[in-house]
Amino acid sequence: MEPKDISRRKFIRATGLSATALTLGFYFSGESKASTIIKGEDAENYGVSLNSWIHIDTNGKVTIVSHRAEMGQGAYQAIPQMIAEELEVNLDEVNIIFGKGDTVKYGNQITGGSSTVRGTYKNLSKLSASAREMLITAAANKWNVPAAECYAEAGHVIHRPSGKKMHYGELVVDASKLEAPKNVQLKKIEDYKLVRKPLPRQDTPLKTNGTAVFGIDKTLPGMLYAMVERNPRLRGKVKSYDDTAALKVPGVKKVFKVTMKVFDTDREGIAVVAESTWAAMQGRKALKVVWDDTGFDYVNTEDIYKKMKAELQSKEGLSAKKQGDPDPILAQQKTKLDVVYETPYQAHACMEPLNCIAHHKGDSIEIWGPIQAPDWVQGDISQKMGVKKENVIVNMTFLGGGFGRKAFLDYTHEACLISKEAGAPVQVIWTREDDMTQGPFRPGVSYRAEGAVNNGEISAIKFRLCGQNIGHWMGSKKDVPNDSVLEGFQPHYFDSIKNISFSDVPFETPIPIMWWRSVYASTNGFAYESFMDELAIAAGKDPLAFRKQHLKSDRCQKLLDKVEEVSGWKNRKPKQGYGIAITECFSSTVAQVVKVSKDATGKIKIDKVWAVIDCGWYVNPDTVRAQVEGSIVMALGAATNHEIHFKDGLTVEKNFNTYRMPKINEIPPIEVFIMDNNEDAGGVGEPGLPPFTPALTNAIYDLTGKRIRKLPFDLAKV
Amino acid sequence: MAKITLKVNKKEHTIDADPQMPLLWAIRDIVGLKGTKYGCGVAQCGACTVHMEGQPVRSCSIPVIGAANKSITTIEGLSDDNSHPVQAAWIEEQVPQCGYCQSGQIMAAVALLQKKTSPTDADIDAAMQGHICRCGTYPRIREAIKKASKKMTVKG
Repeated sequence: MEPKDISRRKFIRATGLSATALTLGFYFSGESKASTIIKGEDAENYGVSLNSWIHIDTNGKVTIVSHRAEMGQGAYQAIPQMIAEELEVNLDEVNIIFGKGDTVKYGNQITGGSSTVRGTYKNLSKLSASAREMLITAAANKWNVPAAECYAEAGHVIHRPSGKKMHYGELVVDASKLEAPKNVQLKKIEDYKLVRKPLPRQDTPLKTNGTAVFGIDKTLPGMLYAMVERNPRLRGKVKSYDDTAALKVPGVKKVFKVTMKVFDTDREGIAVVAESTWAAMQGRKALKVVWDDTGFDYVNTEDIYKKMKAELQSKEGLSAKKQGDPDPILAQQKTKLDVVYETPYQAHACMEPLNCIAHHKGDSIEIWGPIQAPDWVQGDISQKMGVKKENVIVNMTFLGGGFGRKAFLDYTHEACLISKEAGAPVQVIWTREDDMTQGPFRPGVSYRAEGAVNNGEISAIKFRLCGQNIGHWMGSKKDVPNDSVLEGFQPHYFDSIKNISFSDVPFETPIPIMWWRSVYASTNGFAYESFMDELAIAAGKDPLAFRKQHLKSDRCQKLLDKVEEVSGWKNRKPKQGYGIAITECFSSTVAQVVKVSKDATGKIKIDKVWAVIDCGWYVNPDTVRAQVEGSIVMALGAATNHEIHFKDGLTVEKNFNTYRMPKINEIPPIEVFIMDNNEDAGGVGEPGLPPFTPALTNAIYDLTGKRIRKLPFDLAKV
Repeated sequence: MAKITLKVNKKEHTIDADPQMPLLWAIRDIVGLKGTKYGCGVAQCGACTVHMEGQPVRSCSIPVIGAANKSITTIEGLSDDNSHPVQAAWIEEQVPQCGYCQSGQIMAAVALLQKKTSPTDADIDAAMQGHICRCGTYPRIREAIKKASKKMTVKG
């Protein structure tokens, strides 16, 4: 590799750290995803920037960079916890700083797909163990003893026979002169001191005294505030506007039109830049805008679902997966199941509405905000604003929720355009109404499921999905099926179901759509696991036994045994409804049992939810439990309340009064169990969401005999 | 515009602001305390909850003139070292995920415990159901309130 001009001094300066230290990082060589561990000072020889790295200074203080966003899921804790484990330091000696957006340095930084731990733990563990071994070697050399007689503990190297002890800080200078080891031994699970312990999160104290800095909390000297009145028909334009009254509002500085691409069409709005958020809001209210909706399809929710239903009856769609051939089997059946499931569009509704600060300085741009994909923002801004990539600095803050919305690039681009025109650093704040009505939304998806059973077993299943394809916005071809058709479906079903097919019936609307927590698994899971229940009933089988019968893998069997045991499935009593569902996404499988009954008014009451997650290797059991609890609450809202409706191209729901969040008094007791094994790490932030809804509706069927196939539904009106 | 005196966390601030500006934005943009959050602007989510004369109020829906010369307490005024029993309980129960709503949740919980030192589940439901948490930390909020109640009653 050709040496490039990245000196160690420059690297250290760029990271704001002292040069007298041990800095160890890794980079990904070429197309292969293999990582190589190198020292900070060697970066120049390799011509690379270090990926996520560890820096230990002469005081023994450890600094690591988290290149992932903290949006509630616990990356801020999980990353130091796994590093401290292999590095053998106390967690309170580890300081974590957010990395900036940098594809060269970090590779893919998108915090999505429940990927923070599963995507990094092998490399970070190896990196930490390498640093530990180098410190041990440095100490052994100093004492002139074999390294094998030394061990590391709590930030020290200790010589076992003599009890001699040195602090890491005293060793870093020598250690930094050593070669990074080629192979290191990672610790065994039984030797873990930190990993797999329910340690308190380091960001918690910042979030209980108001000191955590979210995007909306960041300020800069001379910063102005902006609000944008955007075309309410999602992606229409501005015909004309009158800003006379707006400019008279005290504090309003400037009013101008902003045009930006949202996917393939322009979205236009009028920006009001002012000295305070309130002045910007008042100025915006005083605007008079005439919109141009030429060529815009005035979509209506009813039409969307009517059309999807018709498409599912008349089209086979693009084949996404076919095993055997369900068609001839289904054709022979006298009684087969043929049903449609419908799921609604959803808003992300993060508690922190969208916001972004941009400072356009001419040939460079600096950004601060709640951002899920800083590297994407860097590339996007560079391209759209015509500024060199290295001159686009993207700073991450804490995110007040993300759920996929803050991986989208519109709000960051818009802030850059406004800062450029205003000639000052500007914070653009979206109101709740802006955030809820503009999208992008989780697509509403409909499904047709056909299937049959024979001798108590599934003989054939044919699933068809009809809904907008998020991939199209990102350039995937329209003649290939949605690559998420199988998301949520436990892959081991394929071991036992010999004739099964999945297809994608293409469907387009002008509604902007985006990933939403667990993405297509959030709707697929409902359709697929409701249908499993319908087939179990048709086969005359117990729904949980039916899953066990069709999911023969050892891990699925253990998971189902566990949920059966903890939920008391076998000891069900009359007038209690029990439902089960099991889904897989982002390499983790979750089974849930929901128990329901009817209260005195006839309303369905959710008595309890039991969830068992098999996510393989994991870091912090309390974080895992918290994520599953939160996923269940989010699913509860989506199943029983939330739907974004469209009327004449306008979003109907605008704030929490009509898009009602579940409240504290509506939450059932939730108990979460984690399977203990040493399999590869799976995701944690999303996989707990998909099985809840089918487990709930299956439980309602068990209690009432009523099958719910359309979401959302009202628990009081079943 | 008008000169208004705000007493926030026992400190006086004389500000020059539109009297109709919601207290929330005066606290955030002018006084510069960012712990109080904007969530909905229409008193539907509770993220902006502060205490005015000891009562929990939605600062997004009170004009700043209405708060003039009144005693305002924000999350920063509880304690800066998390020593308030409600903050301590929140940490012990590991309540926050994203954390954005938690300032409001904590302020509501403090107000509840000032009124009822040993709240029942129904009391907690009544006091907290105007507070939205998108991360779904509700079960932990309930446990943290009960834990804080114990801490406060032991202290007397």
